[in-house]
Amino acid sequence: MTFMKSLMGATAAFALSAGAALAEPALIFDLGGKFDKSFNEAAFNGAKRWADETGGSFREIELQSEAQREQALRRFAEAGANPVITMGFAMADPLSAVAADYPDTKFVAVDVTWLDAPNIRQIGFAEHEGSYLVGMLAAMASKSGTVGFVGGMDIPLIRHFGCGYAQGAKAVNPDIKIVANMTGTTPAAWNDPVKGSELTKAQISQGADVIYAAAGGTGVGVLQTAADEGILSIGVDSNQNHLHPGKVLTSMLKRVDVAVYDAMKAGADVETGVFVLGLAEEGVGYALDDNNASLVTDDMKMAADSARQKIIDGELSVVSYYDNDSCPALSF
Amino acid sequence: MDKMPKWADVILIPLISLILAAILSALVILGIGEDPVAAVKLMVDGALGSTYGWGYTLYYATNFMFTGLAVAVAFHARMFNIGGEGQAMLGGLGVALACLYVPWPHWSLALIAASVGAMIFGAAWAAIPAYLQAKRGSHIVITTIMFNFIAAAVLNYMLVNVMRPKGSMDPASARFPEAVHLPTLHELLAPLGISFSKAAPANISLLLAVAACVLVWALIWRTRLGYEIRAYGHSETGALYAGISPVRITMIAMLISGALAGLMATNNVMGEAERLVMNATEGAGFIGIAVALMGRSHPFGVFLAAILFGFLYQGGAELALWTSIPRELIVVIQALVILFTGALDNMVRMPLERLFLALRRKDA
Repeated sequence: MTFMKSLMGATAAFALSAGAALAEPALIFDLGGKFDKSFNEAAFNGAKRWADETGGSFREIELQSEAQREQALRRFAEAGANPVITMGFAMADPLSAVAADYPDTKFVAVDVTWLDAPNIRQIGFAEHEGSYLVGMLAAMASKSGTVGFVGGMDIPLIRHFGCGYAQGAKAVNPDIKIVANMTGTTPAAWNDPVKGSELTKAQISQGADVIYAAAGGTGVGVLQTAADEGILSIGVDSNQNHLHPGKVLTSMLKRVDVAVYDAMKAGADVETGVFVLGLAEEGVGYALDDNNASLVTDDMKMAADSARQKIIDGELSVVSYYDNDSCPALSF
Repeated sequence: MDKMPKWADVILIPLISLILAAILSALVILGIGEDPVAAVKLMVDGALGSTYGWGYTLYYATNFMFTGLAVAVAFHARMFNIGGEGQAMLGGLGVALACLYVPWPHWSLALIAASVGAMIFGAAWAAIPAYLQAKRGSHIVITTIMFNFIAAAVLNYMLVNVMRPKGSMDPASARFPEAVHLPTLHELLAPLGISFSKAAPANISLLLAVAACVLVWALIWRTRLGYEIRAYGHSETGALYAGISPVRITMIAMLISGALAGLMATNNVMGEAERLVMNATEGAGFIGIAVALMGRSHPFGVFLAAILFGFLYQGGAELALWTSIPRELIVVIQALVILFTGALDNMVRMPLERLFLALRRKDA
């Protein structure tokens, strides 16, 4: 922070030269903001852990507009930040335009796997595999035979989550009913706990007694209402079990924090290429701790762990929504 | 008789409002333990200190000119068009369809077609609320704001299910072909020997926005239609007595308003992103309301206010990049400017009016 303050008095031009000497990493948060209790916050936690352990500092910006994506990339690259870490699939297009102009800078793109550039470390997560496991747990915990899914926005990424979840639930109980809703169509959908709460109530009235929220900050409302109404919920991205101990069945972990931590630790020497982190790499998984120990029985744990092993061994394959833009278990 | 001279109305009141907003912003920055002088310096340097900063400032300003004009035209007919956001989104759809599905030989032809597409889509999106207002009396504020959400849903559907290239996980259209690339200010000014930052997104649609300002001025103050719009805005019964059809004026004013909002897409969709993304408008439709209020619904005022808000956006981005001032505070600064120049107008105006009246009495 003191370094940041000393920057305050300087012009942008001075900041450029100061940055070049330090080569600290930079982190670009997506429009959801740093403290979204989910995706971006996980990245911040990873970066903070790195800073605490090494005593290093990092640059960061919370994007406010689409035009800033390319702007932030260029400014950080020109300031000598290395690596420049970006969050979210929406950075793919700006990255493809910018990366070639800064061959000496390493970029790390979380949630992007389809670019062709030598200086980008692209990190994807097999969210469908983790969602499959929590889908199984949901179906086993459900007494009504109906489970719910609350997504943020109707976009491919969220369909990808929902599709894995539905496949897992159907693997346990082929007759299970899955109620799926999306929160909204504007960016506000990622941070609308009130709407999340309303959708939860609507799904409860349709019989759902376990609800999985994949909706960023909106999920806070889903988890809260589920706890108030006495049903179970499933958190996403970070471990959210502690939000309502004994009432959150589990959380689908997406270890964005680890990905960011590793990238910062490797620094300018970070390895580039495409990396997909699945169950085997522990990039995704389900959370088990003191808060939900009483909810996940030994049978449930055994079933989920055996499915996990089968997926890792390749005996069981979870269909990815991305493969052909459709889902065998759930229609959107 | 006017209560105070025109220069006071047009320049002095916005200036005092701005200074008040700046003082309050400085206090807030002090309150969170930062240095307001350094913050202002960083904002001015970042937004106006280089052609790079100007490029971004003018890019944002272009957006706000279009949406500000859209709101201003509707204001003259005493209608509050809050639907600029949705109309601009649909305008983006019109631009994307024109750019993606027709093989244009040159950007100039593409720009004409895309502008027409943007205007038609934007106007069509304004037409339904306008019709409901004109024929059914459904309040335009309510219907236009509802249409913003419908527009977002339409765009979401189109991008996820129709226009998304196969295999892409990003809910966005394909990139427009190279041929429809609009020249940026860098490319426009280079032949004249003026070097302008290459990285900045300001492009030729800035000239389109300036032309729109002139045309709107000519329309409102120099044509019969403009006279009818203003007459209707000042007094509906008076206009009716003069043989002006309220239905016709409501429809026409809103169609023009929607078309102007739609035109914004030539800047952000065609000029900057060169593809249609879900969050393309990002609130410019709402900023347009503040711009029109601050600009007193006069195209020249809209032009200046748009540049001010462009400065706030780009300066705010620089603050977020180089300081630990959180982005929420930048929103606070923008909100204070809107509050003082728009909502608290009378707080400055009434004392000033009294002052000028007192001065005049002394003279007499």
